Amino acid sequence: MAALLEAKDVSRSFGGVHALAGCSLSVDKGSITGLIGPNGSGKTTMFNVMTGYVKPEMGTVFFDGHDVTNARPDKIFALGVGRTFQLTRIFARISVIENMLVATQRDESWLRGLTRSKSSKSELDAAMEWLDFVGLSRLASLQAGSLSYGQRKLLELAYVLVADPDVILLDEPAGGVNLTLINEISDKILTLNKGGKTFLIVEHNMEFVMKICDKVTVMHQGCDLVTGTPAEVRANPAVLDAYLGSSDDELEEEEVNG
Amino acid sequence: MSKVKPSAWGLGLVALIVFPLIVTNPAWTSIGVFTLMFMACTTSWNMFSGYSGYVSLGSAIFFGCGAYTMALVSTHGNMAGGAGLFWLIPLGGLVAVVVAIPIGAIALRVRRHTFVVITIALFFVFQLLAINASFTGGAAGIYIPLIPWGASYYNVPFYYVALGMVVFATLLSAAVRRSRFGLQLLAIRDDEDRALGLGVRVTAVKLTGFTMSAFTLGMAGGLYAMFLGQIYPQFVFDPTFDVTVALMAFLGGFGTLLGPLLGGLILEASQQYLTESFSNGSLYLILFGVLFLLVILFMPQGIVVAVSQWWNGRAQRRELSATKDPAAVGANT
Repeated sequence: MAALLEAKDVSRSFGGVHALAGCSLSVDKGSITGLIGPNGSGKTTMFNVMTGYVKPEMGTVFFDGHDVTNARPDKIFALGVGRTFQLTRIFARISVIENMLVATQRDESWLRGLTRSKSSKSELDAAMEWLDFVGLSRLASLQAGSLSYGQRKLLELAYVLVADPDVILLDEPAGGVNLTLINEISDKILTLNKGGKTFLIVEHNMEFVMKICDKVTVMHQGCDLVTGTPAEVRANPAVLDAYLGSSDDELEEEEVNG
Repeated sequence: MSKVKPSAWGLGLVALIVFPLIVTNPAWTSIGVFTLMFMACTTSWNMFSGYSGYVSLGSAIFFGCGAYTMALVSTHGNMAGGAGLFWLIPLGGLVAVVVAIPIGAIALRVRRHTFVVITIALFFVFQLLAINASFTGGAAGIYIPLIPWGASYYNVPFYYVALGMVVFATLLSAAVRRSRFGLQLLAIRDDEDRALGLGVRVTAVKLTGFTMSAFTLGMAGGLYAMFLGQIYPQFVFDPTFDVTVALMAFLGGFGTLLGPLLGGLILEASQQYLTESFSNGSLYLILFGVLFLLVILFMPQGIVVAVSQWWNGRAQRRELSATKDPAAVGANT
């Protein structure tokens, strides 16, 4: 499989902290890739570099053959990379359906926005379809700020999906979400993956990662420690030492703390 | 948000159209001109600042540019005083738009609170320029060619031009609110970085909104200069104008369509009335202070939002009392 999204030897520091120190990561087309590691190991910074929110000091990022190392977030999104945030970010004072509509046209010129209405029939249909997919369609006209935490997570997933990106980066999709909803989210990710979507997922919930990922990269102190199948990663002594812990008890503890 | 029926809008417009036909006292029609002028300015300001959340305190820059366009072009062009000068009003709007592009490009590089401070700083740069530059006539100001209209009739053309501006600004603001561009402004208000990550060209969208809102402000400045017949830098580049426009929008309902109209109507009309009837230029400041205290305490989102919430709540309570079934009441609360 060819890499759809690839970061090579990326470095970035904040003050004296090396958040990323020559980290490489590749996401194969059609895969669900997991990105795990202890808190502060640079996972979210890696996301920010890959989506244009943070410029790397060294290294390159490629998406589908384009060099997007220094591209702005809107440009990268237009090319087909969508993402969610660890702390869910929605547009709180507009309605749920309007939240969806913001994202419906990922590569429309800004001038076009002046002359056209908020939504076309087909955009509205697509938005409702994705809201239905995450089970929020009956809340479409509600102000998004009144949604619960879990509903916001689903809304964020839905409006990233409505733009039809080729690869979707999810930052802790299961964080702070109850078990039923976690299963629902993982089912949705698997369904979408069967339909051809590529995923890169940061997650602390090991059960979730092991269940849905084809490939997992473990980060430690800004570097990629190990990459392999979930089973390989789980058995790797370096990973156990750096992140998962050596016994099952500690693994559980990590999940609780994470 | 607030839903006002088209018939109510029509009724309001008709009331404003017939006002100078019924009330012919120049003292009252003069209040009408100033009030409409501020309604147009506040609506235009709200179209950018209200929708995007970027509170600009530099709107007097554009107002002043429009006023100076009127004054300088009419005097240097040796134009005759009269209705012909009205054509300089849209020109003043265009000059304001041209000025707004570099100002927006500078000020919009920063976010929120810093943006407010930068707009104030840029405003004072313009005020200093107007006072000190040679082509503006400096602190002595400029006299616009005298308009030979009778005192009883003088205000009426200005009134209708100002009303035209209010209609223009309101229609433009409504069109923006319905457009995709307007949705993008609201998205920027709620979370700019998230909008950026969903493909919104935030820099271009903000700059477009900022320059668009300058147009009506510039036109209003041109009208003001022509109406008064003379301008002084400290009165057209006036920091209280910056603040007044923003406060009117906050009072009526920040980010709503009706709010700025209502805020402008209430505040400017009462200020003009108090100033004229008590010949005391500062009395209104005390009353405004009290009014704002009350608004901030009891309806921090502005009159329009507070009233529509109360109205919706009343409708719901009626529904509840209509259904006597206690289970249904429980389900609805």
